[in-house]
Amino acid sequence: MKELFERLQALFAVTDFHQQRADLGFLSIPKDHAEMLIRHLRDHEGFTHLVFFTAVDYIEDGVFRLVYMLHNYGTKDTLGVHVDISRENATMTSIHELWEQAGLYQRELKEMFGIDFPGSPRLDEDFLLEGWDEIPPMRREFDTRAYAEATFFPREGRTKSDPRTHMREQLYPDPDQE
Amino acid sequence: MFERSSDRSRYPEVVDGKPVVDLDSEKYVKIWHGPQHPGITGNMSLELILCGDEVVDCKTHVGYLHRGFEKLMERRTWIQNFPVVCRIAVPEPAFNEYLYAAGVEELAGIQVPERAQWIRNLNLEMMRLASFLAWLGGQAGAFGNSTIGQWTVTHRDYLLDLFEEMTGGRIYHMYMVPGGVRSGLPDGFEERLEAVLKKVEKLLKEIELVLLNNSVFKARAVGLGYIDKDMIDRYGITGPNQRACGIKRDVRKDCPYLVYDQLDFEVITGTASDTYERTLVRYQEMHQCIDLCRQIVGRMPKDGPFHQPLPNVLHWRIPPGETYVKAECTRGEKGYYLVSDGSLYPRRICIRGPSYTHAFPVMEKLAIGTDIADIAGLMVSLHTYPPEIER
Repeated sequence: MKELFERLQALFAVTDFHQQRADLGFLSIPKDHAEMLIRHLRDHEGFTHLVFFTAVDYIEDGVFRLVYMLHNYGTKDTLGVHVDISRENATMTSIHELWEQAGLYQRELKEMFGIDFPGSPRLDEDFLLEGWDEIPPMRREFDTRAYAEATFFPREGRTKSDPRTHMREQLYPDPDQE
Repeated sequence: MFERSSDRSRYPEVVDGKPVVDLDSEKYVKIWHGPQHPGITGNMSLELILCGDEVVDCKTHVGYLHRGFEKLMERRTWIQNFPVVCRIAVPEPAFNEYLYAAGVEELAGIQVPERAQWIRNLNLEMMRLASFLAWLGGQAGAFGNSTIGQWTVTHRDYLLDLFEEMTGGRIYHMYMVPGGVRSGLPDGFEERLEAVLKKVEKLLKEIELVLLNNSVFKARAVGLGYIDKDMIDRYGITGPNQRACGIKRDVRKDCPYLVYDQLDFEVITGTASDTYERTLVRYQEMHQCIDLCRQIVGRMPKDGPFHQPLPNVLHWRIPPGETYVKAECTRGEKGYYLVSDGSLYPRRICIRGPSYTHAFPVMEKLAIGTDIADIAGLMVSLHTYPPEIER
């Protein structure tokens, strides 16, 4: 895979190549060149299979890291392309024309992370959530516990106990206190 | 399959592969096929627009089973996620357990003992057989042969009995813990497995006569849901759906994991790429599963450790890094992408399920022009599981 990276380095501004396994590598590319690189990998390097497309939220750095995972059936290599985009202006070029399922991944990323892909088909249709008006739930600042406590309520008459306290008081009482 | 009407004057005009439909014209009917419908695979629904009996537009809807696993896993420690992952594909949980464990082991640099690898492989092949049995009942039932479903579910139960014996759980085994497996095989397990495999073999012979040679099944399944070779990479199609059109790709052979490189098997392919061919490919793969189970049982080490000791899992920090591990499940390529930032919790876990593309772009394309009565059979022939779409 090292040769592939060297070939790509001559053509694109790719950086941070990291080989995780003999058949798995990762590299990074700036946002503006990403679509061109992915198209090149598909058309000229044999990475014809879009395995998945997702995002990782690095809230502390203010970026979403998009991960395009591509596979080459000929060489059996898998390549992850990282693209960092700002969390403030989370917009990325759409790749729905390259693979039919890419539009669906982008629809999911719009709903779950709030990342926009202008021109992507059916982008604003609900994917998993219906009538969701909170912040996109896969963002790190979305607190599932706070949301659950604010939205749902315990059944009337139901008691609950903290497991640690329950264990100390009921299961392993301190013999000295008795 | 039902023939399309040759007179297209009554049907909507198609522009860029999509029909132009005006629902107010009262020429068309919109119906919801699912989420409560015996012909749908799990909790999902198809929004169909019909012109007469012919489907002119289809949209897949999921979300009825969304439990937010990927989000939940970011708030749980690595070991707490282990009993969570199996719930991501209900009829086939073992692949999730294996992939999660394999990803964690790779990031943490843990070597799994050889015996555990053989046991894991046996578990996965038994799981594949159980999952195919459940699918076969659905495929036959979708074309009216519902008795076959009762036979296959019974035989799947025999396999679940073995899983219960092996792991303690029938559906969710929580068996392939990072580092190995939770226990070795119980005494006499090999004989009891062989007895069940023989029963399944006998059943498959009957199913060949009753289903694969059934003129009604042939009349309805041949030609239904044709997947062109050009669609494979463009839609990301994997597994039997891909192999039924003659493409020889299988993760077990191409990127061997566990002990598949030591087992003797060939990738099974078809040519016709329709519902009947996909049934035939999966039917042959069931025979292959039985053969692989026998090979594994005959060659696996009987003694030795089955688990590598882990550090204190309550304070287990995995070194920073990322990886993608994959396996061939019954539906195609299943993969786990794991990112660790060195803390007690995963930074991100993303699950790649083959149903994602099979149930959405592929189904939406193949449904157009199909008769409404064939939709259930087409849907089941793509073998989709909604939970792995919703994660």
